[in-house]
Amino acid sequence: MAHDMTVDAAHAHDEHHESPVVFGFWLYLMTDCLIFGTLFAVFAVMRNQFAGGPTGKELFDLSGVGIETAILLVSSITYGFGMISAHQNKLGTMRMWLAVTFLLGLGFLFMEIREFSHMVAEGNGPDRSAFLSSFFTLVGTHGLHVTCGLLWMAVLMVQSTGKTVLSERMMNKLTCLSLFWHFLDIVWICVFTFVYLMSVI
Amino acid sequence: MADAHTAHSGESHGSVGSYLTGFVIAVLLTAAAFGLVMAHSFSPAGTIAAIAVLAVVQVVVHLVFFLHMNGSSAQRWNVMAFAFTVMSVAILIGGTLFIMHDTAINMMSR
Repeated sequence: MAHDMTVDAAHAHDEHHESPVVFGFWLYLMTDCLIFGTLFAVFAVMRNQFAGGPTGKELFDLSGVGIETAILLVSSITYGFGMISAHQNKLGTMRMWLAVTFLLGLGFLFMEIREFSHMVAEGNGPDRSAFLSSFFTLVGTHGLHVTCGLLWMAVLMVQSTGKTVLSERMMNKLTCLSLFWHFLDIVWICVFTFVYLMSVI
Repeated sequence: MADAHTAHSGESHGSVGSYLTGFVIAVLLTAAAFGLVMAHSFSPAGTIAAIAVLAVVQVVVHLVFFLHMNGSSAQRWNVMAFAFTVMSVAILIGGTLFIMHDTAINMMSR
């Protein structure tokens, strides 16, 4: 009983004073949110400035966007499963889920780069019109974040290799990346709704 | 002890069940948004309003089920920072659109 109490107390302590590292990272995410807010505002202003160039309706391939969305959504829960394994100290399972998430993220990035290079090859790069400049800046910034998330994930997989127990520091890193990864999925919801779907209507 | 710890972790960090619940709701909302646009069943203005609402709902679903946001005291500062950010972004985007729209009208650029 006393033993349970200490566990509970320790855990309650852990919960009520969430690690300052995680809270600090949360604040960083909020500032990142402002960056994306700014880029969405720019896109909202520029979305009809085609300068005689192609419109979103002519450029965007909704089935491709649908697949990208599905990949990112699945990668969100695979990372969640990884976090559950981490909390249960099942490090092998955790690394497996992180690897799955990593591959999904890589797939997303591959599709995005392919879409971008197609557009640029057809002369519809960011220099074509204000609409395309703001489109590439907004979606490219999201892609850059995904790239950073993948690098971070690879580093954490390497750092956790050979460990049998996760240190508190390692757990904080995994929690921060989990916030980052889920945050990117939230930004993507706004991207596919307000950029892709609204341009096609 | 191990069990107690696991059970607690399940509550505070999400469980397989809560992740799957969030995932299913998110898939339904995404499919609804894509379906609405591809089916062309509403007027353009109606479709825009509908997918905007779906996006907001999906963001909330992700916040609750994936980022584990809730009203507990442990989360108070996280939620406050988030509320402040939402307000800032709303002013930023709303203000930008308002000003740029007025400018376009006054400059007769449209």
